[in-house]
Amino acid sequence: MALVTPGPARTRRNVELALLVLAVGIAVSAYGYLGLATEGQLPGDMVTYGGLLAVFSLAVHAVLRVKARYADPVILPIATAINGIGLVMIHRIDLAKHRDIMNSQSLRQMMWTGVGIVACGAVIWFVRDHRGLARYTYTAMAAGLVLLLLPLVPFLGQEIYGARIWIKLPGNLSFQPGEIAKILLALFFAGYLVTARDSLSLVGRKVAFLQLPRARDLGPLLVSWVISLLVLVFERDLGTSLLFFGLFIALIYVATERTSWIMIGMMLFAGGAFFAWTLFSHVQLRVAIWLHPFDPANLDNSYQLVQGLFGMASGGLLGTGLGQGRPDIVPFADSDFIAAAIGEELGLTGLFALLLLYALLVERGLRTAIGVRDGFGKLFAAGLAFSMALQVFVVVGGVTRVIPLTGLTMPFLAAGGSSLLSNWIVVGLLLRISDAARRPAPSTSALNLPQIPAPAVIP
Amino acid sequence: MNGPLRRLSSVVVLLFAALFASSTFIQFVDADALNNRPGNARTLYKEYSRQRGPIVVAGQEVARSVPSRDDYKFQRTYPGGAIYAPVTGFYSVIYGETGMESAAGDLLAGTADQLFYRRISDLLTGRQPQGATVELTIDPKLQRIAWDALGSQRGAVVALDPKTGNVLAMVSKPSYDPTPLASHSETAAKTARQKLLDDDTRPLDNRAIGGRLYPPASTFKLITAAAALSSGRYTLDSVLDGPAQITLPGTTTALANDDRRACGGGNKVSFTDAMRISCNTAFASLGMSLGQDVVREQAEKFGFGQSLRIPMPVTPSTFPADLNAPQLAQSSIGQFEVRASPLQMAMVSAAIANGGTLMKPNLVARVRSADFQVVSAPPPVELSRPVSRQVADDLRTMMLAVVQNGTGTKAQIDGVDVAGKTGTAQSAPGRPPHAWFTSFASGRGGDVAVAVVVEDGGKLGDEAFGGTVAAPIARKVMEAVVR
Repeated sequence: MALVTPGPARTRRNVELALLVLAVGIAVSAYGYLGLATEGQLPGDMVTYGGLLAVFSLAVHAVLRVKARYADPVILPIATAINGIGLVMIHRIDLAKHRDIMNSQSLRQMMWTGVGIVACGAVIWFVRDHRGLARYTYTAMAAGLVLLLLPLVPFLGQEIYGARIWIKLPGNLSFQPGEIAKILLALFFAGYLVTARDSLSLVGRKVAFLQLPRARDLGPLLVSWVISLLVLVFERDLGTSLLFFGLFIALIYVATERTSWIMIGMMLFAGGAFFAWTLFSHVQLRVAIWLHPFDPANLDNSYQLVQGLFGMASGGLLGTGLGQGRPDIVPFADSDFIAAAIGEELGLTGLFALLLLYALLVERGLRTAIGVRDGFGKLFAAGLAFSMALQVFVVVGGVTRVIPLTGLTMPFLAAGGSSLLSNWIVVGLLLRISDAARRPAPSTSALNLPQIPAPAVIP
Repeated sequence: MNGPLRRLSSVVVLLFAALFASSTFIQFVDADALNNRPGNARTLYKEYSRQRGPIVVAGQEVARSVPSRDDYKFQRTYPGGAIYAPVTGFYSVIYGETGMESAAGDLLAGTADQLFYRRISDLLTGRQPQGATVELTIDPKLQRIAWDALGSQRGAVVALDPKTGNVLAMVSKPSYDPTPLASHSETAAKTARQKLLDDDTRPLDNRAIGGRLYPPASTFKLITAAAALSSGRYTLDSVLDGPAQITLPGTTTALANDDRRACGGGNKVSFTDAMRISCNTAFASLGMSLGQDVVREQAEKFGFGQSLRIPMPVTPSTFPADLNAPQLAQSSIGQFEVRASPLQMAMVSAAIANGGTLMKPNLVARVRSADFQVVSAPPPVELSRPVSRQVADDLRTMMLAVVQNGTGTKAQIDGVDVAGKTGTAQSAPGRPPHAWFTSFASGRGGDVAVAVVVEDGGKLGDEAFGGTVAAPIARKVMEAVVR
């Protein structure tokens, strides 16, 4: 028979500290290796780089110790590690392309890392209880849709490479409001579904073998979802529309516990994908280069994919070594195709390690969702975690020809300020929710009841 | 909601599993195929980022890679220049490799199997990978003498060591400077190559071992004689029919001696004399009497028809098949469609010099890894035994007579026994003949077998004979060895 003794819940902040040291160590040694490989000596600003990264992450760590002592210890180190490796890789591509200080992507990324981490700390500090966020369900919906529509505003939005998903900020910065909209709409879905879940799962008509809910239950959800999809399609941001679609289906399945939603989702997806393929030439192009990248007819358009594949193949199992490959041959090697650059220089083993880091991050997020006690927290955490998993799948799947390419980029890794900012906010939210999940229930001693001795051995 | 959440986790696991599978496919399963795909520049860049090993002749680099400040990191240069170009070939970004650059390519690039341990230790110590050094058997003194001796004439000279098969000299003229072809600039390389391709004298051909080959003419009589002596039906003292001309059977065409005279009194000539004065009619009849199978077999034993790699690929010399009697007659004196490379004829002399044993020609003396350790030093390899020692001695006697007081007197060297055979090959009506000479000699300095061919009669044009144009060149080369 097992001996059951309750023990005090451990905050595990020291574990997190140790992992942070490891994470910063990995990023700094990658930077050092890069310097050795490209210039034969350690980079002069290695200590500065390590110091900055350490200061940023330790700042959040400190905030956690104060404001969210029971937060998950693994999430922050993983995010730091991936961010750090991303910085090194972007710097490596800066070097390969001989970019000067003015055009240095790594400096810009470092700046946005700082902004992101500050935002993360702010989320943890100011959001004391995640359940409070549920009050803003409809605000979030409105704000999310507005943000999605912003790039369409004439003088504010920019069209880059055929997609209208950017807005211009003062200081010649570009921002993708869709990244923030993703969080807001996840919040809205979670908040709405948690209240409507009962009516959604129980009430409705049976059509064929599917149990469809009533229109008024589904209404706001469907409307906002359809609007967001249309807007994204109009802006030619098919990657994000795929992400929103997957997020919606996943959350509605989790909330209602009805597998019929998955069926509906599959059918809608198949229909939508076919529709998109027949209507849009750029979709046809992407499917063509996905299926036949080496076909001479497609070679002009499939250059990026083909070079990414060549790069990864030349990396092989162990990679060419940081600084010793030719990732710069691949267009957008520092953003869209950074996974291919990692595959080339760090090899299959490096790519596996990176994918495992992401998988672990998602797993901690889902574990938080399972562990947290309120429905809103579950849905919100699950939505954030699953959207990250889906994003990684869509990006690496595109690069490795599992699915056609989209415009999505790797969270934390790829160059992109808005993506970095939004992912750090996601980390902040997950940390906050995980604190609620792992915090022990308040002890009964607060009620001044007589102490019941702990049970002895149960025979 | 925990149940669906757990199921959602399984979906996430599936998504990541798909990614593991697809990346494994690209970086492991299909990696080789992707790397070797045409259009993949990365393999080229990778090769270029390693320092390619030099090709060395007697301690001097005739081809080497020096660091360069561009994407390709190393520039191939050819200090050996045009003299060594037929041997080194060139190493070009756009046009690939030729010559030794190609044949020893994986050694020079450092990717050869023999260099496996070196590559592992490079990996472990983080040393910059370097290719191996390939040291050739060429003697630079001989190479220079042969080059100068050919002068402005077109043709080739090959010198072999009969005992080991080592190639001591390989000259082909006209030649070219390989360095512009190795340029990193696509336009520069293209221009240089186009110029060479447009040149009617075909400087890119290595006339010593390839290109269009030449009819060996009377030098082939060595093989016909070898076949006769080996058959047992003839000896040195045999008397042959040597009229001024014979009518080819079944035709009205005549085959005549070069001087249109009978080879001896009463139209008879001794075997040795027939060789000494290069009697066409005697050898034509000899060939017909032996039959094409016997002659062909003897030629093949000497190396005809064999695809050799020395390690550069050698174009096989050919003795035609399905000959009727007139064709056989002409083939027995090295005309009709018989084609031989200078290397092949040098091999004939080398086999005779080496007591009837033919050694495989070889250009590589030694391969050293970047830390000067000898990785391989190929030992001499016996290729075949075309003739017995006795027959070899008999042939030598005949060839000594050729040089002493026959057609090859211009190859005489004071105090040295020189054995040789001349050849004057008709190539096309109205075109000057090619001048051939193949010989061997031995002395205090060593042994050597040489073959020289001067295209279109060289300086003497229509008046050229093997003995007047080619023999002096062979003499210069032999002299440098035997003294």
